[in-house]
Amino acid sequence: MDFIDIKHVNKVYKNGVTAIYDLSLKIKKGDFVFVIGGSGSGKSTLIKMLYREERPTSGEIFLGGLNVAKLRNSKVYKLRRKLGIVFQDYRLLPKLTVYENVAFALEVIGAKKDEIKAKTLKAIDLVGLKAKTRNYPTELSGGEQQRVAIARAIVNNPRLLICDEPTGNLDPDMSKDIVKVLDTINKEMGTTIVMATHDREIVNDMKKHVIALKDGRLVKDFEKGTYDNEVV
Amino acid sequence: MKLFRMFGRNIRDAFKSVGRNFSLSIASISCISITLIVVGLSLLISYNVNNFTETIKKDVTIVVFLSQDTTEEELGTIKDEIEKFDNIASIVVKTKEEAKKEMMLESEIFEATMNTWPEEDNPLRDSYLIKVDDIEKINETVELIKKIEKVEVVDYGEGMVEQLIDAFKLVQRITLVIVIILIVVTIFLIVNTIKLTIFSRKREISIMRLVGASNLSIKIPFVIEGMLIGTLGSIIPIVVTIYGYVAFYDKFNGQVFSPLFKLVAPEPFIYIVSAIVLVIGIIVGMFGSGRAVRKYLKV
Ligand SMILES: Nc1ncnc2c1ncn2[C@@H]1O[C@H](COP(=O)(O)OP(=O)(O)OP(=O)(O)O)[C@@H](O)[C@H]1O
Ligand SMILES: [Mg+2]
Repeated sequence: MDFIDIKHVNKVYKNGVTAIYDLSLKIKKGDFVFVIGGSGSGKSTLIKMLYREERPTSGEIFLGGLNVAKLRNSKVYKLRRKLGIVFQDYRLLPKLTVYENVAFALEVIGAKKDEIKAKTLKAIDLVGLKAKTRNYPTELSGGEQQRVAIARAIVNNPRLLICDEPTGNLDPDMSKDIVKVLDTINKEMGTTIVMATHDREIVNDMKKHVIALKDGRLVKDFEKGTYDNEVV
Repeated sequence: MKLFRMFGRNIRDAFKSVGRNFSLSIASISCISITLIVVGLSLLISYNVNNFTETIKKDVTIVVFLSQDTTEEELGTIKDEIEKFDNIASIVVKTKEEAKKEMMLESEIFEATMNTWPEEDNPLRDSYLIKVDDIEKINETVELIKKIEKVEVVDYGEGMVEQLIDAFKLVQRITLVIVIILIVVTIFLIVNTIKLTIFSRKREISIMRLVGASNLSIKIPFVIEGMLIGTLGSIIPIVVTIYGYVAFYDKFNGQVFSPLFKLVAPEPFIYIVSAIVLVIGIIVGMFGSGRAVRKYLKV
């Protein structure tokens, strides 16, 4: 069964730039997918359309049966509750502790106190940050901050975790750790993961499903791909 | 239940946020305070002016003198006739004998002179003291009374009363305009200060959107924060209103210049004004934050 089904999607920004040309692809439930491609190839645009930050100009995007492309503004929050999203720049709240940052995602959707506590601690544990629960983001390394962001993204047990260059600001060792955490989440929780990246080494190491974009077009779609295979 | 839980959290967060963005919050609070003080003052002034006007209006008396040859019977029938007019609130008869007694009590010179007058040869006249319901129509009423036979002089301090009332009307209009302008300015200022608060929390809002907070739940904390700022901003104005007015009232013994200008008694007046100030503060804070947060809720 295809969890994500993208059909003939085109994306033209308001300024006339076409970021995605006639993109069609399917992603299975529980899959771990790398989206690769050069700068400006449309990776972020594709990711943004998945979490409905942007709308396709034409075409359809089905996410677990829901047509995300047609989702109304006022209903976007319902989609977001089923997703986890991680960015290159972590996007943590500097005035909140690790615990508070992760719990924030549950608090704003009105979860119960006990539930918040249990799920938050579990997520922090899963990303290996138990020892830093009470620290503030500024007291953490980049890799640790990104783990907090991942914990926040998965705290509500989303079915899909979307990452836009999560290792973009990290050195190779830290990057590997982060991808390991993502791999664990993928395996243990069965979360589908879509990750845009530039990182040749990681893609080659992991041997996962690879989708390659070039100038907004799909150029390769490999079940167990590597970066070397691609003309990017 | 869920909404209730979120509401509790939001109040807690509103306090936290005011504490966190302390300098910004202080700026908004002072800003509201200053405006609310002026609003409170304007309310006090305008209500008192209103009160003066009412007192003066009530105090205006038409004095109708009848001709010397009016009989006691005529005194009664003319009274009945006048009572049938629309605008009459009350009519009191003052016979020449009563007038004489009154004057004799007023001064010794009068008393000495008047004592020499024989009882049946009183040069004074019978009169009516009339109060009207609507001061605006006093001229028409006076015209009607003047047409009655035996009525010789009608006196109601014409001109003077109208001028005073016109002056008060002007004062009232000016205070009303000032209050309205100030409220508009306050809303504008609050929209902008809360915009600043929101701007400093843009990141928070974008993360809230990202993790699936509904628009309403994003808006509520800011609206509550606006209400909190409005409430905090009205504390000083309320204190100023209560203590300031009581002090003013006591200093002037409840009247300015003359007993005609009686000040409104402090209780419950000051509490009503305080409540109005508080409500304006809260509504303005709410309105401002609601407006300010709107543009951040678009996708
Ligand atoms: N908001 C926007 N408005 C207009 N054009 C945009 C916008 N966002 C991206 N683009 C354009 O769309 C194209 C694809 O951009 P996108 O950000 O998807 O690339 P990317 O693959 O993520 O690149 P990078 O690896 O540098 O992050 C680029 O030409 C870019 O200039
Ligand atoms: Mg990008």
